[in-house]
Amino acid sequence: MGGVASLPRDNGELVFDAPWQGRVLAMAVGLVQRLGLSWEDFRARLIDAIADHPDRPYYESWTAALEALVIDLDVAQARDLSERALHIEP
Amino acid sequence: MSDDHGHHPTALTEIERRARALEELLTEKGIVDSAFIDAVVEAYAHDIGPMNGARVVARAWVDPDYKLRLLADGTAAIAELGFGGAEGDHIEVVENTPAVHNVVVCTLCSCYPWPVLGLPPNWYKSPPYRARMVREPRALLREMGCEVPDEVEIRVWDSSAEMRYMVLPQRPAGNEGATEEELAALVSRDAMIGVQRL
Repeated sequence: MGGVASLPRDNGELVFDAPWQGRVLAMAVGLVQRLGLSWEDFRARLIDAIADHPDRPYYESWTAALEALVIDLDVAQARDLSERALHIEP
Repeated sequence: MSDDHGHHPTALTEIERRARALEELLTEKGIVDSAFIDAVVEAYAHDIGPMNGARVVARAWVDPDYKLRLLADGTAAIAELGFGGAEGDHIEVVENTPAVHNVVVCTLCSCYPWPVLGLPPNWYKSPPYRARMVREPRALLREMGCEVPDEVEIRVWDSSAEMRYMVLPQRPAGNEGATEEELAALVSRDAMIGVQRL
């Protein structure tokens, strides 16, 4: 994925490669809508996340942008997020 | 879409943990809940996609007044057909002509007109596409199987905070009697991004 050689010419690809990708996408949409933010509030952080790690998989940058927005809005602190992540059960 | 729990019962990857932590947090705070997330995922997986844009294009091909409205105010004309929502506040439709071929990119991230095209394909989000479509559009289009004649000008539209773009392809010749629905079936996602010519 990602190389120009693999650019597909049909519409048959999956929208999400894994379920978590759809969920982080939807969380960003929901956060912006429910808190009455502008999409630009998320987009600016996505641009930064991509610029910081240009070759990182796209939805990992998306997740990093969502974390940054959540932290900047004071919905949670970075430490809350990392501790929660450690204790997630499969 | 696969059920990853069934296939990987033991380990969650780090990114899956971070995603789950975010969902848990936002749910606890009452900002989003799993029903909302499920509904958005379901919508983009099945209901919101290039078939919406194809209906817009077909309408513009058969209805000259609609086409004028579409080119003047894409967002409003698209809303006439019932499409709108996230990433759709400002959509500008750019028309291909015998002299001009349009193509859309987002150089900084992945902006894309979700209500009419759904979510962008992986290649649209890839660094090579984002960099090269601005620098050498003709060569990149050729590599993607889209040959633009030398005498046709290529215009590259870089999505911004304010604007998402969709290409209105030229109507293919030889389907004068086709219905709007038949015409919509001719319109591909890639043609509405501008990496294909119909």
